[in-house]
Amino acid sequence: MKKLLSVLPLLAVVIGIHFLTSATDTMYYLTQMTMSAYYALLIIGLCVLMGYAGQISLGHAGFFAIGGYLSAALTTRNLIPFQDTALVGLLDSAGMLLSGQDLYGEALLVVSPWAASLVAVSAAAVIAVIIGIPVLKLKGHYLAMATLGFGIIIYRVVLALEYFGEADGISEVPAFVLFSGLSVSGNFSDRVQNYYIAWGLLLLGMVLLLNLIDSRVGRALRGIHGSDEAADAMGVNTSRFKLQTFVLSAVFAAIAGVFLTHYNGGIGPSEAGVMKSVRYVAIVAVGGMAHLWGALLMGVVLNFLSLRGVFGSYDDAVFGLILIVIMLFAPNGILSLNLRHRLKRYLRQRKEDREGEA
Amino acid sequence: MTTELFIQYLMAGITYGSIYAIVAIGFNIIYNTTGIINFAQGEFVMFGGMIAITLLQFMSLPLAIASSVVITMLIGALIEICFIRWLKSPSVLRMIIITIGISILSREVAVHIWGESIRSLPYFVGNEISSVGVLGARVSPQVFWVVAASAIMVVCLGIFFKTTSVGREMRACASNRKAATLCGINTRNMVTLSFVLSAGIGALAGCVMSPITYSQYDMGTGLAIKGFTVAILGGLGSSGGAVAAGLLLGILEAFSVSVVPLAFQDAISIAILLTILFVRPQGLFGSKEAAGLSEF
Repeated sequence: MKKLLSVLPLLAVVIGIHFLTSATDTMYYLTQMTMSAYYALLIIGLCVLMGYAGQISLGHAGFFAIGGYLSAALTTRNLIPFQDTALVGLLDSAGMLLSGQDLYGEALLVVSPWAASLVAVSAAAVIAVIIGIPVLKLKGHYLAMATLGFGIIIYRVVLALEYFGEADGISEVPAFVLFSGLSVSGNFSDRVQNYYIAWGLLLLGMVLLLNLIDSRVGRALRGIHGSDEAADAMGVNTSRFKLQTFVLSAVFAAIAGVFLTHYNGGIGPSEAGVMKSVRYVAIVAVGGMAHLWGALLMGVVLNFLSLRGVFGSYDDAVFGLILIVIMLFAPNGILSLNLRHRLKRYLRQRKEDREGEA
Repeated sequence: MTTELFIQYLMAGITYGSIYAIVAIGFNIIYNTTGIINFAQGEFVMFGGMIAITLLQFMSLPLAIASSVVITMLIGALIEICFIRWLKSPSVLRMIIITIGISILSREVAVHIWGESIRSLPYFVGNEISSVGVLGARVSPQVFWVVAASAIMVVCLGIFFKTTSVGREMRACASNRKAATLCGINTRNMVTLSFVLSAGIGALAGCVMSPITYSQYDMGTGLAIKGFTVAILGGLGSSGGAVAAGLLLGILEAFSVSVVPLAFQDAISIAILLTILFVRPQGLFGSKEAAGLSEF
């Protein structure tokens, strides 16, 4: 309950931003705010994995892509040619298919977004388990390289398979109707509604994770981060906790992928790229690793600036630089610098100096 | 498969394999002195090729390659001095993230200097269509340059580490850093030197491979992954293992083209990496104790 209350100020900020943009006639910012919220959802998931459990992942864009691509492909690829197969028949009788017409009036049979997103997210979870069991036994550089390798395989697969649109990606992904009247889509008229869907989802995720890290699980994770062996000796099932966190963060990434893909109406191979994974790691690092609020704040702010094109063609360079500078000078994140405290100390110092001179 | 085709695949495999081996040795040199994996290793190869291509406009090919190697060595030294030298016992996670950042920055610098176009050095001897007959197969003469250059580098490094006093100091630093410091070896300089060395061999590899594989700003990541695969496969820290594993991976990759589509070629070597990491993290030739001694 307390956790619920702690996100209330954020909710107020979210509503405040809505009113501010509508008052200043800058509602177009809401589009990027919506997208940033989805990226931030992935980032807070990764934050728990990296900051609390201490396991680096350079492959989270892969999970994002699994969610996004599967959902996109299932809801756009026509199943008419396979109409008579048993699987399609089964799906149809389960009410998971939608039929309609495409642009040229041809009959179209696709998986409904609800079913597709369920399939996509569970696929990500299953893959996370399969990958996670062996990968999480590794440490340090080995873990980094293994997850990086996983990310590259996913990138290669979406780039090579025609089903995933090769270099073009998948476009014209239909809207995801959550309930009647509430749909995730890039339609101009749905902008405000989507802004609240995205932020609602992010707040929900945040409450969940805040509760998690303050529970027995969270304490176990911090124990693992401090020392694997010590946690083991205290009776913490380290490998199970690591795996659960890995899967949880993969699910967060996949959900972000599903929603953002429906919101953008498409997905391209760059979403699966190594640079994206590195960027997520960079943002978690800037936020302060074991700092959910920092991750959320930086996730929203940096993604928003990047999406607005503030960094121009230096986009990737900015994230590389941020990564280095933060790791060199403030390995505990930007918020750990405690600027107010330093400023106070500096002012006091100056005052004393002046008094000393007088 | 005919004999000619077999030889063709084999030569292609050996060419790529020797490049992977050189990148892996670059990883090893830095790993041995610092205990960190330099994720920016592939970028040294890229810089070597790109700088040589640019310098070629002003000077002859051998001079351009030599200058490019020297400049890349300077870049390597600069990176170490700016980002790594003054850190006091950083955690592995921190070092990973810093070298990843360096790799991104290097790539971005390259794309802003040279653009996204694919370039290459001219063939050292002859041109694209000249070839040498090997048991009935036709092989580009550049292949021999690559293999010879890699072999010479491996031999020279071996001699350097075994016989010269600086080489011995570096090895002392690798086996026990504290003890080396106590013996009066300036370990910090050894770390800088290891960056210089691995930048240099990376750059030379980048030059000799450029006519065949071309140079592009983003070639580094792929090479780094393959080089790391090879380094692990051969046992982290072992040069001999790196050569054997490099050739093995190169040949496997070359023959895999006849079975699976080219688009999945990278995926195959990564799958090999993952399998090795899960099954034999100490490498094919490394002993269990050696793996236990390392810091992970």
